Amino acid sequence: MLTDLELQLKSIEYRATILRIIKQARAGHTGGDLSSIDILNVLYNNVMQVSPATFADPNRDRYVQSKGHCVEALYTVLADQGYFPQEELDTLCQYQSHFVGHPTRSVPGIEQNTGALGHGLAVAGGMALAAKLDGRSYRVFTLLGDGELAEGSNWEASLAASHYRLDNLVVIVDRNRLQISGNTETVAPLEPLHEKFAAFGYAVREVDGNDPAALMDIFNRVPFEAGKPNLVLANTVKGKGVSFMENSVKWHHRVPTDEEYATAMRELDEARAKLTAQASEAGQRRYPVHA
Amino acid sequence: MQLGSKAGYAPATMPLRNVFGEALLDVATDNPRVVVLDGDLGNSTMAETVRKAYPERFFNLGIAESNLVGVGAGLAACGLIPWITSFSSFLLCNAYDQIRLAIALSNINAKVLGSHGGITLGKDGPTQMGIEDFALVGGLPTFTMLVPSDPVSMRALVKLATDHVGPVWLRSSRLPLPVIYDEESTFKIGQANIVRQGDDVAIIACGIMTAIALDAAADLAAEGIEARVIDLLSLRPLDVDTIVAAARDTGAVVTAEEHLLTGGMGSNVARVIAQHHPVPMRFVGLADTYTESADPADLLVKYHLTADDIAAAARDAVAAKRAQG
Repeated sequence: MLTDLELQLKSIEYRATILRIIKQARAGHTGGDLSSIDILNVLYNNVMQVSPATFADPNRDRYVQSKGHCVEALYTVLADQGYFPQEELDTLCQYQSHFVGHPTRSVPGIEQNTGALGHGLAVAGGMALAAKLDGRSYRVFTLLGDGELAEGSNWEASLAASHYRLDNLVVIVDRNRLQISGNTETVAPLEPLHEKFAAFGYAVREVDGNDPAALMDIFNRVPFEAGKPNLVLANTVKGKGVSFMENSVKWHHRVPTDEEYATAMRELDEARAKLTAQASEAGQRRYPVHA
Repeated sequence: MQLGSKAGYAPATMPLRNVFGEALLDVATDNPRVVVLDGDLGNSTMAETVRKAYPERFFNLGIAESNLVGVGAGLAACGLIPWITSFSSFLLCNAYDQIRLAIALSNINAKVLGSHGGITLGKDGPTQMGIEDFALVGGLPTFTMLVPSDPVSMRALVKLATDHVGPVWLRSSRLPLPVIYDEESTFKIGQANIVRQGDDVAIIACGIMTAIALDAAADLAAEGIEARVIDLLSLRPLDVDTIVAAARDTGAVVTAEEHLLTGGMGSNVARVIAQHHPVPMRFVGLADTYTESADPADLLVKYHLTADDIAAAARDAVAAKRAQG
């Protein structure tokens, strides 16, 4: 269990790793990685009951990343959790590496192949249904992009999640409001999104998806309502943490130049220094252990 | 229309889909990890046998094939053995992306029943007909593909599919099919069965075309042409040895399938024969066309899937062999 400060520092470290491996691979989905990394950080470090030692345990919590293109964020967190050596991250998208450009079960710690959009929710629903069927208490977390909500399969899966009362299913939407070609509200408008999810039978909670403390608070409340699937509408900033990448469509899958990379690393260093200085002034706040 | 009657088989008593329903109930009874997923067509696929016996292991997910497949993959990932059931046309044409990614690419232990294969569902017409399943499942490299041809093989292949670890596609269809096999018959994934001996020509068939090929062989025998009839059963993996031996022993091969010729079973058999032992070949199947709604017997005649069509193709192949000397 990490403290709030430790979570925030982790997020900075993860952001730096993501940018490093994307730059090295010359491929990756920078903007979405940075918008979703705080969610992954909180899930893997403080919320989910799963580790490399328990990954074969049928009672482990499951994670399915429906927005598979943001795999660099997932690989980064899994490496930090110890599923494989950090240096293997350097083989991302390289010839003969199993670290391919979208999640694959060939990589330790990954439950399900994803990458074509609109797939994760139905599979996560099946995993949650399996828990009900087998009388197990594990939970299933799935991370969706907002752009992929235009896929009808998500709404099919939502009908089923509600019908089968999957309150062990936690659907997190990385609501960064940008997709590859522009703003979600001009490409395939989603709003009123909160109301749509509620109408489909979810217990919906909105949260600042780039604030680890707020995310911790929300995840600690799962299940939000008995008998209802959980929907976390995580309002995020695409490209979060690097000024010139934030809220910029072009950083959807842009690879930083040497100069951009140096600037980004400098910004992350500054953020780390500022955080550490603040912490030493204010002292650390420790979060209650998740029951 | 009594398939297999010329070849001397007793008239069929039960539609193949009903046999599937009984076979599915058997595996669900034997194995408590089997669960059945239905796309609101359980009374057509006959998966509803399990709903009646084990309602807690039967999930009707409604008319939503993408979700049907995804949920099946999730259940399989957690150690259950899902049979995902619907018409093959709806599963493959609505949820191919899910079948490809959530099952095939993930190499998940899920079983898929594609019912109403071929054109012999008849009157509901081409939207419901599964005439492209061999081609589309052919595009899913990790899938085993099984096509039963009679009640005995249906029961055996449903059990083999359930016990196999990995993705399996199984075709069923609507017509009653005569009993070709007996209790001594053996079945294995990757094994084709020789259901009639002969050395003048080989007819390699699957599904309902096996019974029709046996009828054709009876006609050919009256003319002095002895056809070896091979029931392919396993479209992937293919029984390469049996196919090559047939080409070597007979020197002329006909394939017969209730499927589009383009991308069909015959083209895969031809690939094996072309590589290992090239001989004259002829292909019986659907030309590049959709059909109308009609009685199955009339459709088989119009679209050239009868015993007469297979016999004509066999004569042609034999003539080509003899012309080559």
